[in-house]
Amino acid sequence: MKLFEYEAKQLLAKYGVEVPPSVLVRRGDDVRSKMLEAGLEPPVVVKAQVLVAGRGKAGGIKLARSIDEAVEVAEKLFETPIKGVIPRLLLIEKAVEHDAELYTAIVIDRSERKPVILASRFGGMDIEEIAREKPESIVRRLIDPYVGLRQYEARMIGKKIGLTGKALASYAKFLQALYRLFTEYDGELAESNPIAVVEDSVIPLDARLIVDDNSLYRHPELGGERIEESGEYTEWEVKARKAGLTFVELDGNIGIISNGAGLTMTTMDLVLEYGGRPANFLDIGGGARADLVKKAVGFLLEYPKAEKIFINIFGGITRGDEVAKGIVAALRDLGEIGKPIVVRLAGTNEEEGRKILSEAGIEAYTDPIEAVKKVMQM
Amino acid sequence: MAVLVGEDTRVIVQGITGREGSFHTKLMLEYGTKVVAGVTPGKGGMEVHGVPVYDTMEEAVEAHPEANTSIIFVPARFAPDAVYEAVDAGMRLVVVITEGIPVHESLRFINYAKSRGVTLIGPNCPGVISPGKSKVGIMPGHIFKEGEVAIVSRSGTLTYEVAYALTKSGIGQSTVIGIGGDPVIGTSFTEALKMLEADPQTRAIVLLGEIGGDMEERAAAMVERGEVAKPIVAFIAGRTAPEGKRMGHAGAIIMMGSGTYKGKVEALARAGIKVARMPFDIPKLVSEVL
Repeated sequence: MKLFEYEAKQLLAKYGVEVPPSVLVRRGDDVRSKMLEAGLEPPVVVKAQVLVAGRGKAGGIKLARSIDEAVEVAEKLFETPIKGVIPRLLLIEKAVEHDAELYTAIVIDRSERKPVILASRFGGMDIEEIAREKPESIVRRLIDPYVGLRQYEARMIGKKIGLTGKALASYAKFLQALYRLFTEYDGELAESNPIAVVEDSVIPLDARLIVDDNSLYRHPELGGERIEESGEYTEWEVKARKAGLTFVELDGNIGIISNGAGLTMTTMDLVLEYGGRPANFLDIGGGARADLVKKAVGFLLEYPKAEKIFINIFGGITRGDEVAKGIVAALRDLGEIGKPIVVRLAGTNEEEGRKILSEAGIEAYTDPIEAVKKVMQM
Repeated sequence: MAVLVGEDTRVIVQGITGREGSFHTKLMLEYGTKVVAGVTPGKGGMEVHGVPVYDTMEEAVEAHPEANTSIIFVPARFAPDAVYEAVDAGMRLVVVITEGIPVHESLRFINYAKSRGVTLIGPNCPGVISPGKSKVGIMPGHIFKEGEVAIVSRSGTLTYEVAYALTKSGIGQSTVIGIGGDPVIGTSFTEALKMLEADPQTRAIVLLGEIGGDMEERAAAMVERGEVAKPIVAFIAGRTAPEGKRMGHAGAIIMMGSGTYKGKVEALARAGIKVARMPFDIPKLVSEVL
C-alpha cells in the first residue's frame, strides 16, 4: 500500500527530520485562511496528493508566488485529474531555495535478502533515468537486517554522494530516519527524491513509502488500503479487492479462474497459445474453500468482459470437492447469467470434486489442453 | 540419494492441530513420511492422526531426538516465531508453507536460519518431495513417481502440473522443490541448482520460473559460468502478464522494466537452457536431454 507524500513526511518529522513547513487542504477548505492560520508565506509549492507515479510531470505540482496565486492554483488542481485520479487533498508547502538535489531510496534486494540503500548526487530524476544517464553516480549499500543501518554507513554513503561538513551530518541523520521509517513501517520502498541541500542541512522535498500489504494488520493507524485513490486499479479490480479476490483485469474475453499464481499465469498463457485472449487473472490461492470459489465464479459471471469462463484447478492444498461445491453454488445462485463454463480439475480430492460436478450436470476435464480446446470451441 | 528430504527425514509439524496442518499430516503419513511429532502451543498431550502433540519444539525434540525437519503451517502472524523455534530446536531443514508473512519478517528469519547453517524452504511454498522416499509438503503425492529428474519451482500448482505431465510420460523425479512465490525466500534457484548438481540421483533439472525478480537470470548466469553441467529445461509463467501488476504471488511483478518474461527467456537461452513454450512441452524436451 502506498502512503501519501504528506503521511510519509509526517512520519519522517516524527523521527526528527526537518521537513518544509506546510498545510494540508481538502476540497472545500478556505485555502487563504488555512495558509494564514499556518503562517505559510509565499512562495509555496502546491502539490496534489495522489498515489500515481510521475505526478510532477503530469502537472500535479505547481509553484505559487503569492497567496492569491496559491488559491487559484489550488482550485485548479482540485479539478485536474492526475493520470486519471482527481486529488482530494493538496499539500501546500513552503518553497525551499536550494543549492543541489539528491536522490535516496531504500528497497529490498530480493536475491541478497537484505535491504539496500540507493543514493545519488543527481536527484530530481527518477531512478531509471539516473541509472540510464548517470549510472556511475549510484551508490549501493546492502544493510544487515539484524544490525540495521549503522551511523558510519550513513556518513559513508553521504560522503560518496558528495556531502561534507554539517550537510553530511544532516544527511546521515536523515538517512537513519528514512531507514527507521522503512523498517518500522514494513517498507517495500522508502524514497525521497529530491532531497534539497540547503547550506548546512538537507531537507526532503518529496517522500514516498510503500508498505508491504502483508504487514497491514500491524499498522492499523494507517487506516487500511486506499484502493480507489491509488489510481492503480480499474473499477473491476477495486470491486475484486473489496471482495477479497486476487484479480487483474486484462483485455480479452475469456474469464480465467485458477489456483496459484504460477498456474493462473500459465492458464492465461495457455489460452493465448490456443488463439484466445484472457479477460483477467483470478487466482483463488491455496486452500480456497467453497465460499471463496463461489465468490470467484460469481464475480466472473458478472464481470462483463468474460464472455466465457475457464476454471483450471490443480489441487494441492486446495481440494477438488471444495472447488466443485463452490462452482455448483455459484451456478445455483447466478446460473441465469448463462455464460459457458469449462472446468478442468486435477489433484487433491479430484474424484470427490468430479462426482459433485457431475451430479450437477457439469463435466470436468482432466487434461488442460482438451479443456482449453473446448473453451475455444464455445 | 535425492536432496533435502529422503529416507532419513523425520518430521515435526508446527501448527499440527490447525485445519491445514492436520489435513496434510494425514496425507504425509499416508505417503509414508515419518512424521514423529507435532507442535501447537496449548495443545500439548493431544494426538493428531496418531502423532503426539507438544506445546513446544524443545519438548518435541526431547521426546523425538531423531527429528531433523520441520514443516510450518502456523498462521502468518505467528509463523516467524515458529521458524526461530525450529532453528533453535536444531532442525536441519525448515519448510515454511505459510502465505502472507510480512517480507521484513522473512528477511530476518531467513538470515537467522542461514547464519546457523539451517536450510529454509519458502515461505509461501508447497514444500519438498523426494518421490518414493518422503514428502514434506502439501503436494498431492500420487502425481509423482520416483526417478532421475529434479524440479525446482516458484509456483506450487504449476509444479504439480509439470510433475504430473512427466509422470504420465514415464519420467520420474528425484526431488521436487517448491521454493515459494514470495519476493524473499530461503532457498533460491541458484542454491537449489547447486544442491541438485551434486546429487547423484538427479540427471536433469526442470526449472519453473515466473515473471518478477532476477532469480532466473542468476540461474542462467550460473550455468554460463559452467557451475551446472546437468541439462536444464525451463518454463517461465507470465508471458501474457502486464507490467506493474502483481500477479497473485507477492514476488510476481514486473517493476521498473525488470523481471520481464522476455528478459528471463533470453537470459536462459543465452546460457543454452531449453525453454518450453508451454509446460506440457516439458516431458518431450526432458526426454531429449536425458
